[in-house]
Amino acid sequence: MKKGLSLFFAIGIWLFSQCKTVQNSTNQNVSDEKDPESGLMLDQNLMLVKSQCTACHSAKLITMNRFTRTGWKEKIVWMQKTQNLWDLGESEPAVLDYLEKYYSPEPQASRRKNLEDIEWYKLED
Amino acid sequence: MWNRRGFLKKSVLSSMATLLGAEIVFAKNLPPKTLPLAFQPAEDILPGKHPDLIILNNRPWNVEAPPHLLNDAVTPGDKMFIRNNGIPPEGVDINQWTLTIEGEAALSSKSYTLKELKEKFEHHTYQLSLECGGNGRAGFYPPASGNQWTEGAVSCGEWTGVRLKDVLMDAGIGENAVYIGYYGKDTHISGDASKNPISRGVPIEKALEDESLIAWSLNGEDIPIMNGYPLRLVFGGWPASCSGKWLEKIVIRDKVHDGEKMTGTSYRVPKYPVQPGTKVPEEDFEIIESMPVKSLITSPKSGAMLALGKNLEVKGHAWAGDLEVSKLQLSIDFGATWHEANLESPVNRLAWQHWNAELSFPKEGYYEIWAKATDSKGVSQPMVIPGWNPKGYLNNACHRIAVKITAS
Repeated sequence: MKKGLSLFFAIGIWLFSQCKTVQNSTNQNVSDEKDPESGLMLDQNLMLVKSQCTACHSAKLITMNRFTRTGWKEKIVWMQKTQNLWDLGESEPAVLDYLEKYYSPEPQASRRKNLEDIEWYKLED
Repeated sequence: MWNRRGFLKKSVLSSMATLLGAEIVFAKNLPPKTLPLAFQPAEDILPGKHPDLIILNNRPWNVEAPPHLLNDAVTPGDKMFIRNNGIPPEGVDINQWTLTIEGEAALSSKSYTLKELKEKFEHHTYQLSLECGGNGRAGFYPPASGNQWTEGAVSCGEWTGVRLKDVLMDAGIGENAVYIGYYGKDTHISGDASKNPISRGVPIEKALEDESLIAWSLNGEDIPIMNGYPLRLVFGGWPASCSGKWLEKIVIRDKVHDGEKMTGTSYRVPKYPVQPGTKVPEEDFEIIESMPVKSLITSPKSGAMLALGKNLEVKGHAWAGDLEVSKLQLSIDFGATWHEANLESPVNRLAWQHWNAELSFPKEGYYEIWAKATDSKGVSQPMVIPGWNPKGYLNNACHRIAVKITAS
């Protein structure tokens, strides 16, 4: 019941946001401009991303985060498990493409990287 | 970036297996040298060097050691990093090799055969630390172009030769002497014989120090081909590019030497700290002289797992350019607390110093061991990456290794 209701809302908001996007975005291939409504980067997949993501939560939840493709996929799985997110189906790769393209980790966010590629071995006496 | 042993195991053996249509039993026990020559990658011919060195570049050769390979008190020739700018000379005939001293501030022009050098001047042996000016470049962001050295472009070998000052004084040093510059027999990678791959040097004051050598021997043997056989300069504590290899000529200059890679932005840093990514005008650069304080953890190799309750013996070396290291501290809690290690005095001036400590860990989990050296003027290694500079020199951030403590 709860699930059906939220899906109903989601579809409603999706339709709404889709209309707005079409109205706002005249040039959707420009990749360094933001959608004034959501603050998300303009892209040909923006409409799809909005339909799948910002129906339920703020676009800021995307724009303030940086994850790898795997990291974003984990967020989707977590939302599906705990937040009633639906199966994105064929849209998922396109959504992940978009998230990876614009919201990947910065090359180096800190002044010192984590130690990487550690080859663990048992230290013998 | 790949190491030769891993490459041979994975790639060559798997292609061999494919070709032979069978798995090679005990393939991992097969020493690389026993591989049929046909299966050796053409670019993998690096005589006299350890298979676990990390190859950054093969034309020209630029090869570094993983830190745990530098655990020896005195670095063996096969574990010594290679920073070549050109192609080393081939078919060296030591009976024909000569060294010439000349230049506008030399009182005479003199040439010596190797035999004459060895007979005429007193021999001296010193352990001298040599570190590439760009060691650690990979840590800078925005990235600086050039070989992406991590930690291992450093060594401390035992060099034998004659004092540079004895030879310079034999030729005669003019009152107007300011700098010395070297020329080697290596050739430019373009094949253009009119181009020098590198011709650097040091101020006359550094040249006249007791430890500044014209060396023909490393650890009692001939210098490895890639490290300058049969003759090279060695200036401990300064960027290793000052220590010219395959040495055939030294010029005594009446001005700062202006050979290849002395000018422009090569081996130079801004005179003042700059924001990362800044474009710095060339006239605001200065030549790097003494290298900054630094240290390495050489044992254990990063990634050690040991049971809770066991103490861990940690070892390494520390060096500080022209200065001495006065203190070495270790942290297992990301720099929150520090423990002082036992630090030995250098065998001689400009040699790296050995240190050791025994560490215990409070509970299971992931740890990093950080090492921080402090020089005799009280200057320490930074824990984060030090001041960014356009060419990515002088990264002396503290070395870190990973350790995991498991259930006992």
